[in-house]
Amino acid sequence: MNNLIKSRIIIIAGHYGSGKTNIAVNLAEAVAADGKRVCIVDLDIVNPYFRSADNVKELSTLGVRTIIPEFANTNVDIPSLPKEYYSIFITDEYSIVDVGGDADGAVALSADYDKYQKSGYIMYYVFNCYRPMTATPESALELLRQIENTSHLTFSGIINNSNLGTETTAALVEASFGKADRLSEISGLPVVATTALDTLDVLNTVPIKNRTKQLF
Amino acid sequence: MSEKVLMKGNEAIAEATIRAGCKLFFGYPITPQNEIPEYMAKNMPKIGGLCLQAESEVAAINMVLGAAAAGARVITSSSSPGISLKGEGISYIVGSDLPCVIVNVQRGGPGLGGIQPAQSDYNQATKALGHGDMHIIVLAPSSVQEMATLTGEAFDLADIYRMPVMLLADGALGQMMEPVDLEAKEKRTLPPKDWACTGHGGKRPYNVVNSLYIQPDVLEKTIIERFKKYDEIKQKEVKYEEYLTDDAEIILVSYGITARIAKTAVKHARTMGIKAGLFRPVTLFPFPSEQLDRLADKTSVKTFLSVEMNMGQMINDIKVAINCKKDVYHFGRTGGVIPTPDEILENIKKYAAVGGKI
Repeated sequence: MNNLIKSRIIIIAGHYGSGKTNIAVNLAEAVAADGKRVCIVDLDIVNPYFRSADNVKELSTLGVRTIIPEFANTNVDIPSLPKEYYSIFITDEYSIVDVGGDADGAVALSADYDKYQKSGYIMYYVFNCYRPMTATPESALELLRQIENTSHLTFSGIINNSNLGTETTAALVEASFGKADRLSEISGLPVVATTALDTLDVLNTVPIKNRTKQLF
Repeated sequence: MSEKVLMKGNEAIAEATIRAGCKLFFGYPITPQNEIPEYMAKNMPKIGGLCLQAESEVAAINMVLGAAAAGARVITSSSSPGISLKGEGISYIVGSDLPCVIVNVQRGGPGLGGIQPAQSDYNQATKALGHGDMHIIVLAPSSVQEMATLTGEAFDLADIYRMPVMLLADGALGQMMEPVDLEAKEKRTLPPKDWACTGHGGKRPYNVVNSLYIQPDVLEKTIIERFKKYDEIKQKEVKYEEYLTDDAEIILVSYGITARIAKTAVKHARTMGIKAGLFRPVTLFPFPSEQLDRLADKTSVKTFLSVEMNMGQMINDIKVAINCKKDVYHFGRTGGVIPTPDEILENIKKYAAVGGKI
């Protein structure tokens, strides 16, 4: 995970349901574990459910500061940006930006693309080939370009987070390598990591923890 | 390579709709079901279909009526407040004997309520979705897989019985992600839609779709015919699932997302030596009354505990089903609060201890 921390500002974007929030939370934890000051920004203006803001308590015990919209988890379904958000452009704190799904989510980035360009950033595209709308490398690339066009920012790499939720197996993760490589080939972007739950123990993957909210 | 994909419940409904050959979606946005129109908007045009955001829920349901009258498979979806708005149109569709699928991804009510999951539209769905002597078939999925399979089943049931079928889900099922096999549903034989208004071309008598009958005796006849159909549905289409009910002393009755939490609680109760079981209605109309009554006849069964995300709406259906032979209690959370397995377990302990006497 530490190999992915190549910039002070790291943006996590991609298709909704690809596992962006879990990647963002794992990244933030990795930075904190490295002894660095880090915050996670919940920039999801699309979906009021299953988001970084779900993990505020757990993250604070791990030394990760959370910047969440005022209305997150209050059930007021209003797309708003957190007011402390702009602090990420003036501090020296590491900032993991968890963006809402698809190009719609990337709209939140577009208003401040110049600030990201000035501050320096790295943006990763989270890919899950078991999500039907991005099942093929071609459809995943189409979405990747849409997010770039909307945000006015460019991706630096692909995080292959292909998974089938609770039914993910090592074989399923291994079966995704080919598709991730193909996406890399047609996009010209490197696959910076293939992530898999630490419980699966898959060769050539970066182990991550499952930090999504469990309902029961 | 797995044949399963990872989907949100709402997406699973939308994809299952497309796979059921439905090419028409009419709706109006509302949380927590917005992934359905979003998916339809992206994918309906790809198959030559149409996703139309109407100016209101009232408009959307009347578009459904029109499309159904022309013999098309058609679907609308909404969440609790939006379903109330559709009530009038649904009654007209029932009165016109037209097939359609209506999705309710429930949220807390009454009024605008909240956006978190609830099951507080149970009475509305099963008893009062529109004015007049009427029923619709109500299916209660409890997993993302069932969101897909029961959507396909809903279209078939609608066509077979010429009536609306509701998929009664909730915000949790709509938003959660699980693996789905989209080909899991079995195919059923469907009757021809020879009643549809497709243009007679001078080659057959014209068809009429209508819910207005000025003559009381004629209207009464149509209603009696419709209720014969409901009886047939009660005979043929009841679906339910039982878990550890063989030797159970306390039987939890629970549907949808809550049934999964109840199942976890039943497992915990068993490890503590409490003989608990779970009865999960999949069809809420027709309600599995006979099946519950058979369980109530068993001497081993002492108590029923209805578990829902509401203030106790199904409890009366259970009491009627078993003729109050055994005691029936309710435990629920409401307003968008999801009960925890521990809370349910506490209630199992409480009611199992009294053995049906409290």
